[in-house]
Amino acid sequence: MKLVFERREAASRSATLATPLIALGLTILTSLILFAALGKPAGQALYSLLLEPFDGWYNISELLLKMGPLMLIAQGLAIGFRANVFNIGAEGQLIIGAICASALPVYFPEGTSPLMLPAMIVMGAVGGAVWAGLAAGLRTRFNANEILVTLMLTLIATQVLNYLLLGPWKDPHGFNFPQSVMFPDVALLPILLPGTRVNISVLAALIVSGLAYVLMRHRFSGYQLLVGGLAPRAARYAGFSEDRAVLMSLLFGGLAAGFAGACEVAGPLGQLQRSVSTGYGYSAIIVAYLGGLNPLGIVISAFLMAALFIGGDNAMVSADLPVAAVFVFQGLLLVFYLGSLTFIRHRVTFSWQGPA
Amino acid sequence: MTILAFILAGTLAAATPMLLAALGELIVERSGVLNLGIEGMMALGAAIGFVVTYQTQNPYLGFAAAALGGIALSMVFATLALALTANQVAAGLAIGVLGQGMSSLLGKPLESQTLNAPDKLGIPGLADLPVIGPLFDQDIVVYLTLALAVAIWAVLNHSKLGLIIRAVGENPSAARAVGFPVLRIRLAAIAFGGALAGMAGAYASTIYTPLWADGMIAGRGWIAVALVVFGTWQTGRIVFGALLFGALSLGGLIGQAAGVGLPSQFLASIPYIVTILMLAVISSNRRRMRLNTIASLGQPFSN
Repeated sequence: MKLVFERREAASRSATLATPLIALGLTILTSLILFAALGKPAGQALYSLLLEPFDGWYNISELLLKMGPLMLIAQGLAIGFRANVFNIGAEGQLIIGAICASALPVYFPEGTSPLMLPAMIVMGAVGGAVWAGLAAGLRTRFNANEILVTLMLTLIATQVLNYLLLGPWKDPHGFNFPQSVMFPDVALLPILLPGTRVNISVLAALIVSGLAYVLMRHRFSGYQLLVGGLAPRAARYAGFSEDRAVLMSLLFGGLAAGFAGACEVAGPLGQLQRSVSTGYGYSAIIVAYLGGLNPLGIVISAFLMAALFIGGDNAMVSADLPVAAVFVFQGLLLVFYLGSLTFIRHRVTFSWQGPA
Repeated sequence: MTILAFILAGTLAAATPMLLAALGELIVERSGVLNLGIEGMMALGAAIGFVVTYQTQNPYLGFAAAALGGIALSMVFATLALALTANQVAAGLAIGVLGQGMSSLLGKPLESQTLNAPDKLGIPGLADLPVIGPLFDQDIVVYLTLALAVAIWAVLNHSKLGLIIRAVGENPSAARAVGFPVLRIRLAAIAFGGALAGMAGAYASTIYTPLWADGMIAGRGWIAVALVVFGTWQTGRIVFGALLFGALSLGGLIGQAAGVGLPSQFLASIPYIVTILMLAVISSNRRRMRLNTIASLGQPFSN
């Protein structure tokens, strides 16, 4: 028996929406079996992972807080993924963005200038873009594979963070914890919803998503990048260069991740600490795919992934699951998404003409 | 032990996990498939190898279980990449995340536990030589890995099987036309890569540093992928690259021993920095890359 895949002319809209839901369903099913096999209370784990994040105002506000950076980074990455430029080092770009943004409050902890916050955001975004730009330069100038370079740059960024927090930037009054001084008020993002930790960066993420949508819809660079990824040769004839696609993809990705990093230290953290790197950069890759590399889809998938982050924290407490369970869940989600995508994009028929 | 003896003795062992994984990925890529999930398969193998060895006190069982774990995860990749013709980069990343999550989940109960490292097997006569003696006093996996490298070189370049694998990677349509089962050969290559990555992880967690710490693979799977690229898909160059990285990863320890005034984080970053530099230097020779790159690498194929 063999499966025959015929590419559909265009995937139907309902099928496109159904794919992530099918993937989610299969992931839940598999996780149930997996947690049960490991002797964990599977029902309790799933409740904590999937329903508790929506239970009560506090959980929902935390969900919005985590949704911002995921959405922002995924929008940046999706630009590149659509053009087949694989920036998998957003985590490193986020860390460098957080470090660059922190430089100001660390050196001016008594600062009172209202310009400090905007300057931090700009420094963070530029820092992230420069870090990604290194990979872009190495790819366009030296042909070095951007997948490997962005990943290596992430590992280096983690070491830079550790160095700063254990050395020159360690808070002298911080009881030897690896963290910087607490930032002054002028270095903190205004709170959007009183009584919660949700700050205005979630609005910024939504605005960026809107811009990304417009950029992709109208025939600006989004279109060029799309063509560049789907048909490099055709794109070259039409005058779009591959180098420019690489450069733009990585710069946008780095800019978004650096911005997100700045918002983390100026937002919920209020200082530079190791926990600025919680895997948003990696999870955003999955968010981007799960959203179908579509700016609107990404808003929805970022919401889903944020719920998963909150759920993971809850499951750790109530179902005795390690944090890593979230990564198992995320991995399964991407596996099932990629698998079901094939069935959406192709008309599948079975034939009995013997093995291939 | 002098520093020279330390480097000689340590380089081979430090290189072994990266070399084992890279040799597996070499076969996978030679057959035209790009599996970027090495880091995850190594992490899973490391956890399974550690847990099984810890429970049974039998390192052979640990290695066998790690190999099976690597194969199982690689079959998830094969289902996506071969049967469902999914994007291979995304599929590799997916099983990478999955493998790392599973690894943390499995290893969690044994965090910070240790194992007894197996005895070294000195080669009689050679191991007692002055200066270079430590080079010949290694654990059995090191010898087997080097032997495997020679075997893979011989198979790829001087056997019919090697010819078939290369044909499938260079021109799958032509290979199919002359009757080779392209997908089955790729499936076998992926399984082989999974087994080696799993064992590479087990070596790292049960022999090289026999202590369980979450995230212990620390990018070595990615360095293995890089080794295949800057070894330009040639076995000998991959071995050389792995030894170079073995020596570099000792850099931190040597640096501290020699009292170098550099921060330990910088020393820990050296292998990553060198990976980037090597990639840039070797890839910038576009002509050589074009000559050596596997023609159908990463492209889906359906019968």
